[in-house]
Amino acid sequence: MTDVLSAHFKEQAAEAIGNATIQESLDRLVNFRQGRVDAIAEYGQERWDALSQSAREIKRETLEHLDYYLDELSRNVERAGGHVFFARDAAEANEYVAKVAADNGVKTVTKSKSMVSEEMGIADVLESMGIEPVETDLGEYIIQLAREAPYHIIAPALHKSKEEVSELFERILGTPAESDITALAGVARKVLREKFLEADMGMTGANFGVSETGTIVMVTNEGNGRMCSSLPRVHVATMGMERVIPRLRDVATYLPLLTRSATGQRISSYVSFVTGPRRSDEEDGPQEFHLVILDNGRSRMLADPELREALYCIRCGACLNACPVYGKVGGHAYGWVYPGPIGAVVTPSLVGVPKAKDLPFASTLCGACRDVCPLKIDIPRMLLKLRSDAVEGPAETRVPRRVESLMMRAWRRTVAGPRLFSLAGKVTSAAQWPLSRRGSLRWLPPPLSGWTRTRDFPRAAMRPFRARWRKDEGNRGG
Amino acid sequence: MAQKRVSLFVTCLVDQFYPEVGEATVRLLRHLGVEVDFPADQTCCGQVALNGGYRSHATAVAKRFVEVFRGSEAIVAPSGSCVATIHAHYGDLLRGYPELAEEVASLQARTYELSQYLVDVLGVENVGARLPSPARVTYHDCCHALRDLGVGAQPRRLLSAVDGAELTEMKDSASCCGFGGTFSVKFADISSAILREKLHNVEATGADVLTAVDSSCLMHMGGALRRQGSRTRPMHIAELLCEGIEGERA
Repeated sequence: MTDVLSAHFKEQAAEAIGNATIQESLDRLVNFRQGRVDAIAEYGQERWDALSQSAREIKRETLEHLDYYLDELSRNVERAGGHVFFARDAAEANEYVAKVAADNGVKTVTKSKSMVSEEMGIADVLESMGIEPVETDLGEYIIQLAREAPYHIIAPALHKSKEEVSELFERILGTPAESDITALAGVARKVLREKFLEADMGMTGANFGVSETGTIVMVTNEGNGRMCSSLPRVHVATMGMERVIPRLRDVATYLPLLTRSATGQRISSYVSFVTGPRRSDEEDGPQEFHLVILDNGRSRMLADPELREALYCIRCGACLNACPVYGKVGGHAYGWVYPGPIGAVVTPSLVGVPKAKDLPFASTLCGACRDVCPLKIDIPRMLLKLRSDAVEGPAETRVPRRVESLMMRAWRRTVAGPRLFSLAGKVTSAAQWPLSRRGSLRWLPPPLSGWTRTRDFPRAAMRPFRARWRKDEGNRGG
Repeated sequence: MAQKRVSLFVTCLVDQFYPEVGEATVRLLRHLGVEVDFPADQTCCGQVALNGGYRSHATAVAKRFVEVFRGSEAIVAPSGSCVATIHAHYGDLLRGYPELAEEVASLQARTYELSQYLVDVLGVENVGARLPSPARVTYHDCCHALRDLGVGAQPRRLLSAVDGAELTEMKDSASCCGFGGTFSVKFADISSAILREKLHNVEATGADVLTAVDSSCLMHMGGALRRQGSRTRPMHIAELLCEGIEGERA
């Protein structure tokens, strides 16, 4: 499994905030935001809401009977001549893919963008076997050359300026410096074309797995998914176990939600449907087709009624684009595969709260993510649930915080009645007196010092409202 | 119309830090003919504990809140965030007390953010306020007011009717100011970065006054405006709507 660096969220966030190039690239998220708004306006809000509601309904029903639909999917993939492997965790999935590669004497693997394959960390595994994995989505290719993790669910190299990409190509591919984006894409296209022809195995993700037909559906803009799934001898698709949908016609519900939310497109440039390997009467396509269905912690989320809806996610990335925190700290701060609001829910849920202890707290709970989510996933509520797991949950999710919990216990006693509450106010006001200048404080000791680095803090009132009320109570009238 | 009566939930922040906002709320409501009382046992809605992950503490405080406001006809607070806590979270928090379920539902139905109460319940848009001198006013949409309560149009209608106030929309008025309670302290750098962008949009309007329905957001944005020596002044909507109206003091 890809290493989890979420424990270093704060340092990673600070790095991004201090990096002007990254801040500039994050400012470009506005284009995604606007694209989405325009695309929904064109579609019509009412129609959109209805579509969203049906999509929720289908997910609810599918997850309710997930065992049934996964079984149906598996049977239909096999009927079409494919193989299905259920992996409990990333290690099992990697082992299976490694075996398929070894059995087929694979030397080169072309990959199209897949978050699940990132989750598995399959590229490293293949590399360690002496197999060359080549990312074929342009953004993924760039970050593969840079040896970095994806920055955004749908725009993995969002943080790279064209100058950085040119430098990277120059350094690794030995191509001359180039300032034109189309020309840079041309450089990658030339390299990748060779790889497509040379690859023995192609790996793709699956945006949807249709159980009634055993079809996987891939949504891409570069056509690379179709190349990976049709040119090499072997095609291995990986998907999270929640990506199954019952009927082929359900694609029509999810596709507009996905592309309009993600990029504002009515439809992506390519939508590919793959059912099994090449048939005996077909000239093109792989000889073998494997579908790896990954659990890796998803069953735990499924079993938790407060987190289950996070499995509704179709990975459109709209919540990242809307999030004020993601907009400043970017993708790498989150330290694993899934960044942004949905990442702050999924990462601790899949890898465990203690390994990602900051993520549920790294949100203002503003709710912008829930607003833009095409599946209306209540991310803030899930963050609250994960926070309470970290604070009051069972031993395996709890993160010790002794001082804070003592303070909270004192707070609870304070707000348990007006007398202690008033007293606490008086004490605060008195304690602040020596620090305050004209009604506000420019400096506070830790842990409040973070506030006063950039903001004045108000001084507690000498006479709180309740004291004022008592004094003039007799005057009240209607 | 029958005499309207409301109980003021002043909120812990306004009580201890911004009592003048509480006074303005009372004055405004009385000016509009509403009878106001103040249940003296009130303290906090529990949001601090809820957001911190201390659900059990939040539950205890929520339960207490239900008891304190049991006899109130309607409850009005000068805060969208605290009212949203009651609306969006008391159901979850008090799930372990099925005997309170009905009461919680009823409490939620009669608890209002101030502007919501004025516009949606009283049907008032012009409260008769008049600024001492003309001022440009910009309104920040507090996240919970907007997204949990749907409060956005109400404050704008009220502000548009204020004599001498020129309501000027800022860019991205609905984007968060970066406060988020303890987030602002635990993740001070991120919070400050979000705030910087927000204030850029505030100042670009050339507003004299920045207003909102929550003192917490205003404390956050106002604290930075003050630090930067900005000429834009934070002002809670209750205070702004109180300008120039006749009324008793709280």
